[in-house]
Amino acid sequence: MSYFLTQVLNGLSFGLVLSLIAAGFAIVFTSTGVLNFAHGSVVLLGAYLVAVTQPTIGFWPAVLVGILGAAVVGVLINALLVRNLADPNPGTAAILMLGVDILLLTELTRRIGNRVLPLGAPWGADVVSIGGIALPAGRVLAAGVAVVVFAGLWFLFARTRLGIGMRAAAADGPTASLMGIRLSRTGATGWALAGVLAALAGVFLTSFPSPGVAPPVALSAFLAIPAWVLGGFDSVPGAVLGGLVIGLVTALTVGYESDLHFLGSGFGEVVPYVVMIIVLLVRPQGLLGSKEAVRV
Amino acid sequence: MSDLPRRIAGLVLLLVAVALPLVLDDFWLQLGLFVMATMVGAVGLTLLVGVAGQLSLGHAAFAAIGAYVFVWATSESEPTVAGAGLPAVVGLVLAVAVAALVGFVFSPVAGRLRGIYLGLATLGLVFLVRHLLLNLDEWTGGFNGRSVEPFTLGGFSFSNRDPDYIAVAGVELEGLHRLWYLFLVLTLLACWLAANLRSSRTGRAWANVRDSETAAAAMGIGVARHKASAFVVSSGYAGLAGALLALAYGRLAPDVFTLTVSVDFLVMIVIGGLGSVGGAMVGALFVTALPLLLTQYSDALPFMAAPGSGGLDPATTSRLLYGLAIIAVLIFLRGGLAGAFRRLTGRGAASGAPDDTTRPTTPIDPGHEAGDSPSRSKETTR
Repeated sequence: MSYFLTQVLNGLSFGLVLSLIAAGFAIVFTSTGVLNFAHGSVVLLGAYLVAVTQPTIGFWPAVLVGILGAAVVGVLINALLVRNLADPNPGTAAILMLGVDILLLTELTRRIGNRVLPLGAPWGADVVSIGGIALPAGRVLAAGVAVVVFAGLWFLFARTRLGIGMRAAAADGPTASLMGIRLSRTGATGWALAGVLAALAGVFLTSFPSPGVAPPVALSAFLAIPAWVLGGFDSVPGAVLGGLVIGLVTALTVGYESDLHFLGSGFGEVVPYVVMIIVLLVRPQGLLGSKEAVRV
Repeated sequence: MSDLPRRIAGLVLLLVAVALPLVLDDFWLQLGLFVMATMVGAVGLTLLVGVAGQLSLGHAAFAAIGAYVFVWATSESEPTVAGAGLPAVVGLVLAVAVAALVGFVFSPVAGRLRGIYLGLATLGLVFLVRHLLLNLDEWTGGFNGRSVEPFTLGGFSFSNRDPDYIAVAGVELEGLHRLWYLFLVLTLLACWLAANLRSSRTGRAWANVRDSETAAAAMGIGVARHKASAFVVSSGYAGLAGALLALAYGRLAPDVFTLTVSVDFLVMIVIGGLGSVGGAMVGALFVTALPLLLTQYSDALPFMAAPGSGGLDPATTSRLLYGLAIIAVLIFLRGGLAGAFRRLTGRGAASGAPDDTTRPTTPIDPGHEAGDSPSRSKETTR
């Protein structure tokens, strides 16, 4: 039983990290209509900035540098590239982001090389015991931070002028623009927020039990795509729910792999994508997403 | 006839492609094989993404299916891996058919999802197929993969044996030369078919669905059916490309068909110009040849560093160049290389080249679905 509970708690805490990334996808998508394939590279960028600056300025200031760096890069991608597309539509924007992803990931991979950069997190490899179940301290902290962040996001979108403006811009850009909402500002805010979330997720993805900052982190951020799709493309609460479900399903599949041998070894790596394909077939708008009105 | 210069240029290119093996060494021949194999895949993808406006990241998955079906069909059964021992031509047909069939099975998803949503669903397919390749080791050889039998056609082998020696103009035609001609025939056939398909009734229906699903439905085009058919055709092309890649590599492993391959196919068609068959071919040439050339000639290029040294090694340089190329094309070069070529030669909307749907003179409105190159159907939308 305690094995089962360990898997569940591990899955949920990892799921919350995925939720941070998935929420970034959802925010960028709603604020600018872009499917941000470079998001995984921004996650890696955030973690990389923390890893290279922490030996000189200490861990917590380094985290701040990582968060700021990722946010600035997000805003720049939007301002310099997305807004200058010759033929702006969701398809070309998605392909543009694949190009940005290739650039960012190649450059980061070149800089990191074969090394695994230590993150230098003060919680190190500490383990916290909750009711007899041991969890990595980093995961517990991640869960706490994620809950705080999501509460903040809820406040932003429900209670502040900026957040309500962003929702209005997402619902109907031209009308929102006529009502005096600056679309350039809501778009930039969305990309900056996504960058902040990406850097936070990057820190937790690269601290214990992960060995440190290495290029495959960008690929593991891809796991957040099924979480995002599962929750619904335009819903931040959906992204949180999707992350939790994907984290749980993955942890249980990996934890009980010996019982699921008929599915092949390593099925835990693909189970999120299987879930995603099924969801797209049965309920294309996801769990909490809004249905597309167009029906032919 | 206004197409005369175009036809002459095509004929010259064809003659060059036929004559080239007589002067090239093995490195260049191998390069040519890879280029032609990826051309087939890129042309298939441009039909789906460029003409029908459906983003797909699953092209590598279908190429993998084609490649493994081909190898399974043409190999003899061994103790560790199964094989059907069928003739190579049958293997090729099976590769295309099975890839298209899997595309058909997946097409309910393709028919229901638009543009980027389909891109996400197909992303999952790449990981799923990789998982199957690793686990179905009785058929695929698992992680280590399996070797590919040489292509034979009625006793004639496209390898260094059977017949042991044939020569043209004093140049011995070895396996790579023979494969070159096989690939050339198949590639030309595939591209010619794609160009015709694009301007056929079906191709115009695809473009219409891309521009506006509502308008297409109002004109009596079955939207879901056409999105599904574009997906099936594109999967079949990927299957053929996979089989050709298997022949070019001589050995298959799951790592040949990663997500990177899917992205590379997209890079090719974006650089070439979405929806253009010629553009896809040029894009395939650029993306496939660049890293191989940089690797081969890295000693002669002063800025090139050794792999793993943290400097600009050939693989890193070529990936940086693709990334920049995509961004530059999408921001500055509307319609990719094909669009630029059309503007340069003044082939506007009026000339109506047979295998090239024309561009309207008015700018494209930003509201419609994915897909850059407009088509004749554009006129019907507004």
